[in-house]
Amino acid sequence: MLLSIYRYNPETDLKPRMVDLQIEIPEGKDLMVLDVLALAKEQDPSITYRRSCREGVCGSDGMNINGANGLACITPLSDAVKPGKALVLRPLPGLPVIRDLIVDMSAFYKQFEKVKPFLINNDALPAIERLQSPEERAKLDGLYECILCACCTTSCPSFWWNPDKFIGPAGLLQAYRFLADSRDNAETERLSNLEDPFSVFRCRGVMNCVSVCPKGLNPTRAIGHIKSMLIENNA
Amino acid sequence: MVSSATNFSRSGLSDWLIQRASAVVLGLYVLVLGWVFVSSPSLEFAEWSLLFDGLSMKIGTSLALLALCAHSWIGMWTVATDYLTKSHFGRHGTSLRLSFLGFCIIVILVYLVWGFQIVWSK
Repeated sequence: MLLSIYRYNPETDLKPRMVDLQIEIPEGKDLMVLDVLALAKEQDPSITYRRSCREGVCGSDGMNINGANGLACITPLSDAVKPGKALVLRPLPGLPVIRDLIVDMSAFYKQFEKVKPFLINNDALPAIERLQSPEERAKLDGLYECILCACCTTSCPSFWWNPDKFIGPAGLLQAYRFLADSRDNAETERLSNLEDPFSVFRCRGVMNCVSVCPKGLNPTRAIGHIKSMLIENNA
Repeated sequence: MVSSATNFSRSGLSDWLIQRASAVVLGLYVLVLGWVFVSSPSLEFAEWSLLFDGLSMKIGTSLALLALCAHSWIGMWTVATDYLTKSHFGRHGTSLRLSFLGFCIIVILVYLVWGFQIVWSK
């Protein structure tokens, strides 16, 4: 199978280039994209990418696979490539490339940090723990599962154009995760930090985030909930 | 909280609400005009002029003009802050964006005053 892979080493290369490699896929096996990368690395050990858990939990190996962002470790070749076509791997778009498929995620983490992704509760501590009813806990489903792989945020044109101002789908999913948490009581403060023209409202609802999320989450719905809360709080 | 000096409302929520409210006003106005065209297939100038002599049409047209100006300003501001930036145009990005937004303000104000003058001139 033909693998076309993005190569760039800022220390030695003037500009990025696509390199073609012929990879032998074992007969009758549907390998994951990460396995193909491992085979490619046997041919050329200088190919560079992040990986860790190899089971879609750590979020390290987010990359652009044949035009769509995804996690290499849980994307089977049969989903990524049509029979007889090449596998094309590029780094996540919209972030500076450190080397080959590795991007600098600083801008992504900076936006994540802005939403204060931790419980804020200034009430006196209870004797044991802050309790939640099963209904209150259920509100966090579809939110807490985010692994911060950045596949959604780096597929969002609004983040490409304003990475320093628009929080992006991953950060906003986490913002709503804490707005929806019954144990958090900083709702007003959190919302007042989001009502400017960029942080939330630069989302134009193109839903690239929903179509690429490897965990099947829906950041656009969370953003809609944040907008509803902003209206109820301010209008 | 991200601030922007060229955003008049300074609030994404206000802009978002104004975009939707103005879209409803423009939609209703287009429906009314559509109904006029459909119900009078051989519309002449005299009939058209008479229609705009009515106070309700003057008020409706004025509201539609205001809605169009607000809607287009927010839209153009959003387009400019997406595409006319330093990341697209280097060090000239900011001056290009400010010039474009200034041009938009002038065009919108001219159309607004001109439109009001036409609607209320008789």
